[in-house]
Amino acid sequence: MKVLVCIKQVPDMESKFKINANGTWFDENDLAYRINEYDEYAIEQAVQLKEQLNNVDITVLSVGPARVKEALKKALAMGCDDAVHIEDEQSSLKEPFQIANLIADFAKDKGFDIVFTGMQSQDRGSGQVGIILSELLNMSCVSTIAEFEYKDGITVKRELEGGLKSIVKVSTPVVLTCQLGLNTPRYPTLPNIMKAKKKELLTIASTELFAVDSSYETVNFYHPQKSGGSLILEGSVSELVDKLIVILKEKTSVL
Amino acid sequence: MKLLLVGEYREKKLLNVTYDLVGIANKLGADKVMVASGYESDLPKFDGKLYLANANDVGEYNPNIHKQMILDVVEKENPDVIVFIHSSFGWDLAPRVATALKAAQFTEVIDFKDGSFIVPSCNSKLRRELKSKTNKTVITIQAGAFAFSDESTASPIVEKITPSNTSNVEFVSYEEAEAKGLDLTKADIIVTAGRGVGKKDNIPIIQALATKLGGELGASRPVADNAWVDHSHQVGTTGQTVSPKLYIACGVSGAIQHLAGMKKSEFIVAINTDKDAPIGEIADVLIVADVLQFVPALTNKL
Repeated sequence: MKVLVCIKQVPDMESKFKINANGTWFDENDLAYRINEYDEYAIEQAVQLKEQLNNVDITVLSVGPARVKEALKKALAMGCDDAVHIEDEQSSLKEPFQIANLIADFAKDKGFDIVFTGMQSQDRGSGQVGIILSELLNMSCVSTIAEFEYKDGITVKRELEGGLKSIVKVSTPVVLTCQLGLNTPRYPTLPNIMKAKKKELLTIASTELFAVDSSYETVNFYHPQKSGGSLILEGSVSELVDKLIVILKEKTSVL
Repeated sequence: MKLLLVGEYREKKLLNVTYDLVGIANKLGADKVMVASGYESDLPKFDGKLYLANANDVGEYNPNIHKQMILDVVEKENPDVIVFIHSSFGWDLAPRVATALKAAQFTEVIDFKDGSFIVPSCNSKLRRELKSKTNKTVITIQAGAFAFSDESTASPIVEKITPSNTSNVEFVSYEEAEAKGLDLTKADIIVTAGRGVGKKDNIPIIQALATKLGGELGASRPVADNAWVDHSHQVGTTGQTVSPKLYIACGVSGAIQHLAGMKKSEFIVAINTDKDAPIGEIADVLIVADVLQFVPALTNKL
């Protein structure tokens, strides 16, 4: 069985974001990057499937600038077999439809049975790439999976709202987008990290793949104005404690 | 301008957020056409046209069937914007419909301005203003962003439709959340542990404050997913929606899904080292401090 895992590298969400010169995205310099949290669940699910079935070959793929090689190496150290880097220095300015087309062009003749990916990225949060990819490749797709079982076919549970789930059966080829909590992503072991470091990555320039025009433009990108409603208190812990107790006594009926 | 609104039914009932769709249409001053797979026994009230498929025949949600159902109505009505709720239903369908129509798609729209749609990014720390270059635009709207409480008494003109019934995805059944031992919706005081608490070993510090105040312990999604606290304590879209008199968020950054579950609290205190954390947007008081130092000090002083 051939499995593809699509991952993205995103900045730490705790970062102080600065707007880039064009006002179209954040300035990508001086940020710490990591694998998109949702995608770690996608990697883990692929590796668990491989451990269950043995005859599984996992390719991990990422679109992005040179730094995404680090994310791919980590995915290899977690248990993926091969890594593909679609090199694109401008990837952060591309929209989901453009990214999905690049991936689809790479994947179209490779015969992948299952594609795992995160349900959304932490930075854009559009939740579109995996689903568009399934449409472009004419594969089935179930998004937001919170449980996965491979036994006489594939059964997944989709997370709906308010604690409700739907149980869905689907056959391959299929794209599955992964929700947080699907599994417990493993930490790579040191020997596996060392092995992954030595592995060759396949690098393809995005310009060699099928490109589509953008369907929208970013008019503005900005920090929202503070609503001003919240009182911000800073200072020493003991001062803060005293101030808060006074406020709670004045403003609430609970103290 | 004409909007095609995609309504939602769950477990035989019209979802109330369907009225958010009416809300954005009113705000844009647009003509309203709705399409839904639902039941005649519970029809939405609005002034427009409703294309209704029978959910008993085609299911409440099936991506293949519902995609085609929407595309058929788009063909008949030629709307400018196709609007979904940003829900497990909407965010799954919208990219499928957008791809088929070669239309721009914007996810989780919270507002619009001069022909552009505004969406959050980076955990809601930033905003993007996006303008479509295609004839049709597909959007999902954040639940609550266009809330429309003044429910109309108008009835839509209903046209029944029969979508094709073939799919490569098979819905088996719904699964309810496990019986919850804890009902946070009735709590007057909730003290919630967020990711900023650091590790499972620190949860007793938060629990101690909750106990001292006579309240309950809440948890954000990552805290529940990491099994630091049982899922039954989770507050948010996929957990419980709460409205206590006092909500203390400890090390909670304030992901939109969490805010949706607790923003109706009467008084909100957030404790966070990050002054810019989105929780600050809705907190009455933001204490800029390390929860591991501040919370025990507060507990002692109470």
